[in-house]
Amino acid sequence: MLCALAAIPILIAVAVRVSSAVPAGRGPAFLDRIAQNGLFVGVTAMVVSVPLFLPLTVGVVAGDTIAGEAGQGTLRYLLVAPAGRIRLLIVKYAGAAVFVIVAPLVVALTGAGIGAALFPVGPVTLLSGDTIGTGEAMVRLLLIAAYLAVSLLGLSAIGLFISTLTDVPVGAMAATVVLSVVAQVLDALPQLEWLHPWLFSHYWLDFGDLLRQPVSWDSFAANALLQGGYVAVFGALAYGRFITKDVLS
Amino acid sequence: MSAAGPAAELSIETTGLTKRFGRQMAVDGVDLAVPKGAVFGFLGPNGSGKTTTIRLLLGLATATGGSMRVLGEEMPGKLNDVLPRVGALVEGPAFYPFLSGAANLRRMDAADPCGSGATRRARVHSALERVGLTHAADKLVRAYSLGMKQRLGIANALLAPRELLVLDEPTNGLDPQGTREVRSLVRSLAADGATVFVSSHLLAEVEQICTHAAIMSAGRLVAQGTLTELRGAGQARIRVLTPDPGTAAQVLAGLGLTATLGTDGRTPGGAGSGAAGSGTDAALFASLPGAPAAQEDGGSSRSVERAAVQPEAVVAALVAAGVRVRGFATEQASLEDRFVALTGEGFDVVQ
Repeated sequence: MLCALAAIPILIAVAVRVSSAVPAGRGPAFLDRIAQNGLFVGVTAMVVSVPLFLPLTVGVVAGDTIAGEAGQGTLRYLLVAPAGRIRLLIVKYAGAAVFVIVAPLVVALTGAGIGAALFPVGPVTLLSGDTIGTGEAMVRLLLIAAYLAVSLLGLSAIGLFISTLTDVPVGAMAATVVLSVVAQVLDALPQLEWLHPWLFSHYWLDFGDLLRQPVSWDSFAANALLQGGYVAVFGALAYGRFITKDVLS
Repeated sequence: MSAAGPAAELSIETTGLTKRFGRQMAVDGVDLAVPKGAVFGFLGPNGSGKTTTIRLLLGLATATGGSMRVLGEEMPGKLNDVLPRVGALVEGPAFYPFLSGAANLRRMDAADPCGSGATRRARVHSALERVGLTHAADKLVRAYSLGMKQRLGIANALLAPRELLVLDEPTNGLDPQGTREVRSLVRSLAADGATVFVSSHLLAEVEQICTHAAIMSAGRLVAQGTLTELRGAGQARIRVLTPDPGTAAQVLAGLGLTATLGTDGRTPGGAGSGAAGSGTDAALFASLPGAPAAQEDGGSSRSVERAAVQPEAVVAALVAAGVRVRGFATEQASLEDRFVALTGEGFDVVQ
């Protein structure tokens, strides 16, 4: 799956490289900047993969955590070993969290790498108009990856909880991905504005603040707080469900 | 660990253990008593609640009612203290197909907080050796045959020295050699002092390796005890082959036995022609209450319970009364007879 994620920036870079210049203002954000500065491949790839591709892979990983072991029958042996239900749940969530951290990182670094290979790399002009050097730009790129990792922690907690409800891993994966899409659709409906700050996907694309000088941490903090709430709530639900679950698979 | 008393000598003890799924009682008031050091056969037709009971014992499922003690500790309260001392094979083996056999065992061992990492390699190796899988240790489990997976499952139960082994259908999918190996493995485990709890529906297997057994039927425990007790509880009966059924029946009645005229096909066809004017032989059956179970053992092994009526006394009485006894046999109920009597015949098994 990490390879599939790495394919996105490569696709974008190659497409931009072989095609004629992109007219400004069309396509995903920052796409028109790529030809001038290769570092933007990473940013563009992350923008492109946030709505579906990253949640998809995270949903697959988080949905598989418990249900995958149950479906395979290894869950009962892990519990009899005894792994301990709480310990198993924590380890499984930690595994999903590692994926959540690595996935945006792969997109960002592959993007920066392929961008540097195919396009000139130079100072980056930020949204605030300031210009920063390449090294500073890499730091910003990693910051965005970190922002996305935090953004997806809530979704992986939801996936973990759904995974404790079923013995069919595919069902848990699908449900998690569907939820992420539903949340984004709800977020797009102006009629439900009161609900928006509570949706786990609400801040997903707000990492533009990290491209200002000085960095504005407001959305990062708001996002971290929201995701922390989701982790707490769904972590508790997963715990409550898993600790009393009859393992019959 | 626990206070002295009967509880200390039982490896598994359940009282009124009950598990309900919706409206169905999967396990219904089961009182198991598995003595320490026993090889305990847990019998029952498919769907009689054996595996559910095992799941309850191992803390995989929560009991609806009743209490249980495993290795002298209250369950499921002391689950994490007890389980490292228990090796289990539950409802068939399950492994990660993309890992090798040895890697699977190492992973399972890592899940056990008591499994020391330093000795892991050695313990995995000796467990694989014990089930004869050393040659396939580095093969992916995906490429294992059913029997090899079963052996790997047993190896998983043997990763650490265990006080109790719970083996659910251990010989499932094994070839005759594998079955024999499992039998000798179970014996050697028992010889080392471990209690072995084997669930099975293969009666022959249980008769060969077990010292104790329990029979489940439709979620209830219908019989439990030593193998001898179980067989003995199914009444032994005598079979008298005689041309004088009337007199014989009177004699038997005098001894307190109720005779029934049998029509089994075992009456020899030519028997009637042997003595002139004797008529055809009739087979008379009568149950011997509390008959000794190990009758055929040259008289050396007397059962716990003396029979109220000894078979030799029956013959003597028959002969004294002038009954022409042409055949006499005591028939011991086998475990299979007992099993079928308790759980039903054919596909009419109670669900």
